[in-house]
Amino acid sequence: MNLSLLILLPLITALLILLMRSATQVKWVALAGATLQFILAFILLFQFNQQRSAGSTAQMLFETKYNWFPAWNISFHVGVDGISVAMILLTAFVVIAGVLVSWNVTKMTKEFYFLLVLLSMGAYGFFISLDLFILFFFLEIAVIPKYLLIGIWGSGKKEYSANKLALMLMGGSALVLVGLLGVYFSGTQHSFDLMVLSQLDIPIQTQMICFPLLFIGFGVFTALFPFHTWVPDGHSSAPTAGSMFLAGISMKLGGYGCLRVATYLMPEGAKEYATIIIVLSVIAILYGAFATMMQKDLKYINAYSSVSHCGFVLLGIGMLTKTSMTGAVMQMVSHGLMTALFFAVIGMIYERTHTRQVNEMGGLLKRMPFIISILFIVGLCSLGLPGLSGFVAEMTIFMGSWEHPDTFSRVATILACLSIVVTAVYILRAVTKTAMGPLTKGFESLTDATWNEKLAALILIAGILAIGVAPFWLNDLVGPGAEIIMNKIGK
Amino acid sequence: MQNEFFILLKPELVITGIIFMLLFIKIGKGLKNETLLPAIQFLLLLNFFSGFFLNAEGTLFDGMYQTTAMIVLQKNILSLGVYLLSLLFADWFKKSEHMPEFFMLMLSALLGMFFLISSGNLLMFFLALELATIPVAAMANFDLDKKRSSEAAMKMILSSAFSSGILLFGISLIYGATGSISFTELPALLHGSPLQILALVFLFSAFAFKLSIVPFHFWTADVYEGSPMATTAFLSVISKGAVAFIFMAALYKVFQPMHEIWYNLVMILSIATMVIGNLFALRQQNIKRFLAFSSIAQVGFILVGISAGPGAGTTSVVYFILIYIFSNLAAFGVAAAIASQTNKENIDDYKGLYKTNPFLSWVLALALFSLAGIPPTAGFFGKLFLLTAGASKGSYLFITIAALNMIISLYYYLRVIRSVFMDQHDNPIEKIKIETSAKFALMICGTAIVLVGLLSWIYAYIQKLV
Repeated sequence: MNLSLLILLPLITALLILLMRSATQVKWVALAGATLQFILAFILLFQFNQQRSAGSTAQMLFETKYNWFPAWNISFHVGVDGISVAMILLTAFVVIAGVLVSWNVTKMTKEFYFLLVLLSMGAYGFFISLDLFILFFFLEIAVIPKYLLIGIWGSGKKEYSANKLALMLMGGSALVLVGLLGVYFSGTQHSFDLMVLSQLDIPIQTQMICFPLLFIGFGVFTALFPFHTWVPDGHSSAPTAGSMFLAGISMKLGGYGCLRVATYLMPEGAKEYATIIIVLSVIAILYGAFATMMQKDLKYINAYSSVSHCGFVLLGIGMLTKTSMTGAVMQMVSHGLMTALFFAVIGMIYERTHTRQVNEMGGLLKRMPFIISILFIVGLCSLGLPGLSGFVAEMTIFMGSWEHPDTFSRVATILACLSIVVTAVYILRAVTKTAMGPLTKGFESLTDATWNEKLAALILIAGILAIGVAPFWLNDLVGPGAEIIMNKIGK
Repeated sequence: MQNEFFILLKPELVITGIIFMLLFIKIGKGLKNETLLPAIQFLLLLNFFSGFFLNAEGTLFDGMYQTTAMIVLQKNILSLGVYLLSLLFADWFKKSEHMPEFFMLMLSALLGMFFLISSGNLLMFFLALELATIPVAAMANFDLDKKRSSEAAMKMILSSAFSSGILLFGISLIYGATGSISFTELPALLHGSPLQILALVFLFSAFAFKLSIVPFHFWTADVYEGSPMATTAFLSVISKGAVAFIFMAALYKVFQPMHEIWYNLVMILSIATMVIGNLFALRQQNIKRFLAFSSIAQVGFILVGISAGPGAGTTSVVYFILIYIFSNLAAFGVAAAIASQTNKENIDDYKGLYKTNPFLSWVLALALFSLAGIPPTAGFFGKLFLLTAGASKGSYLFITIAALNMIISLYYYLRVIRSVFMDQHDNPIEKIKIETSAKFALMICGTAIVLVGLLSWIYAYIQKLV
């Protein structure tokens, strides 16, 4: 299949949205676009598996290359391996759910959906790019929609959060840019092409400088400690779909970049800095978990727990084993689905109760059984209940980490494991307080989920269950990609 | 010989022709501005198109005047800028009492810039630079009833006289050290003796004055704020473009033997210019002052490209200036549309603009994102290529500082965006009636901002000419 479709479809959707006259038309166009994209993602998965089982061993499938700026040797080069396909599936899930839960947006509906679709285009483009220039292009294209989504449709101290997010992410991209330029000029034949660069042995001095630049730069996107501070503010101020996109997709751009660009291209640098990465990610995991304990606001709870969960992604990458990397990608997918669902539920609750403070709510299960059941499911997924995706992903990372026999890795793994206990504490406390007990006064007339909310939640739950119950398909999809990265590191 | 003279000098002759036509119109019975303006706009459009036909390469007057395909392209870019300017400020022009004079002055300055780019000799260079500067001072004084405007003109003329003095001194030093003022002979004679370095520094300072490179930038903000908006736009876009073109030619062709010396100069001044321009832009309230300081910072980025040397440097700078013309003119155009109807020039006045004027808001947003270098706007490509070109010299600290400066600049561009899109205002600017021609020009700018980057053949075309 032609991968450009994945970018073209959102682009066409966005343009169509601009042409629509009424809010209703806008919503349906956006939904139609998201649905088509959803179907497209599954066709991609199907065709990918078909080609692989037919014995295609090429590293990247469906490659297309088109010379864009010959002067700089920049080409529009796209292609996917299993890791990209997994990320594209995740994006498709989150986008369709995000479009559905935003059904009640009344303020500047057209602009809202336009930006939402633009943001999704950035993510799709990023995941299929095999040329670092267009990868960077798509990475940055998403900054402005995020800024405007938070600043215009957000709540609380939205201007502050929007600014902080845009500037910190821009700072991350600035580091990425310098790192990319370093990589670009490292060979005799200057190239941004990932496939060309991966054949190249980048000089060790370059790796020592460029690896941290790229890793920290991408790390800012995925809440690498101590650059995570935009996460709580950004997520809590964003509108529901904005938070879903931010946590579900946008943070994954960073993880994918760390893996595909930084680690894959510069294995020596990765080995050299692995210790620091592990230390930072363990700090993020524990710090995030303990910070969550102190939060009273549901959105802050999920935002800080995202810091903790994304720490697992970086831990998986930093451990540099095949299993842990597979786990990192699975964790990205799992956390993307889970956190999107979590934010969706918080949005649904907030829309009805007009509060997100845990201690101002109680007994909601009586009034809205469907929404609260989802809250339970997502909470259990977050604390790693077997049968749901969170368990599978985190377990894989722990298994991979345990392959290292040295004390340092063992201690790091054990510390990371401990966070699960903390997670259980804060999740159960928040969920129980919200759902159980006597119904808070004034909440008697609340209604349960509407069709669009139910549909959004069911789609995401289907994804979570599909990974939780039958993890092998994701494992088989991602594994070969991780193996190629590992082979390069082992070399 | 005669034919060659006419063909090579064609851009200059066309402009001179237009100036004379305006002169006759002015002497004759006064036409109303409403009828005259479209005619002038049409002439400027013809001038722009004429730049694409009957071009040749060669030299005239014993090498004093030279033209190449690249120089023709640079002239076309400037002509395009002037044409857009005449469209964007239509509202202001119509209200102006002395419109033909303004165009005469502006075209004289443009003529000076054409000769400047084409100069092949330091004497020609000096004459052209003066022709490109003095009319602009008169343009700065064009708000005749405003004291600030006269003040701006005074500051402009004094500082440029000062810089001309320095330039002349530098030229005389060069002549003293080498015995030549011809661009073609000089490279062989320059080898970096102390006297020649001193001459380079003097010449460099004169360029720095015109480009408002830190520490020669002090005149910029006051002149920009005091002048009428059309003059400000001309100064910050077209004038800067022209000087940047000849600056590159001077460094790459004439001073190439001393490139190690000027590379360090360019690098240090580039960092200073970016940092100072950005830091001062952070706190500006007036949109003209704001754009003035942001344009100082942009010059810092242009210097990054210039530091790359011939080839990639030339291509990326010309490409960037093309984009910069569209982006900055669009920003000025929006500010002018608002200022000419409401007299509001403060960023705080823009609060809630999106509710009442969505079109202007989106164009302003596109322009500012392009200036900040955010994809998919063309500014992203422009800045990225400048940085890539600069990085080819291998100085990563320099590139890192430049990249980090993009964050600071994003902060203040977002301030405007925030005012326009997010903040509420009890009494926002009401719906503004935009002149048709201004709207047309804003659309051209907006489309160009989106497309110039994505259409890669534009870059390839520029590269082919280098």
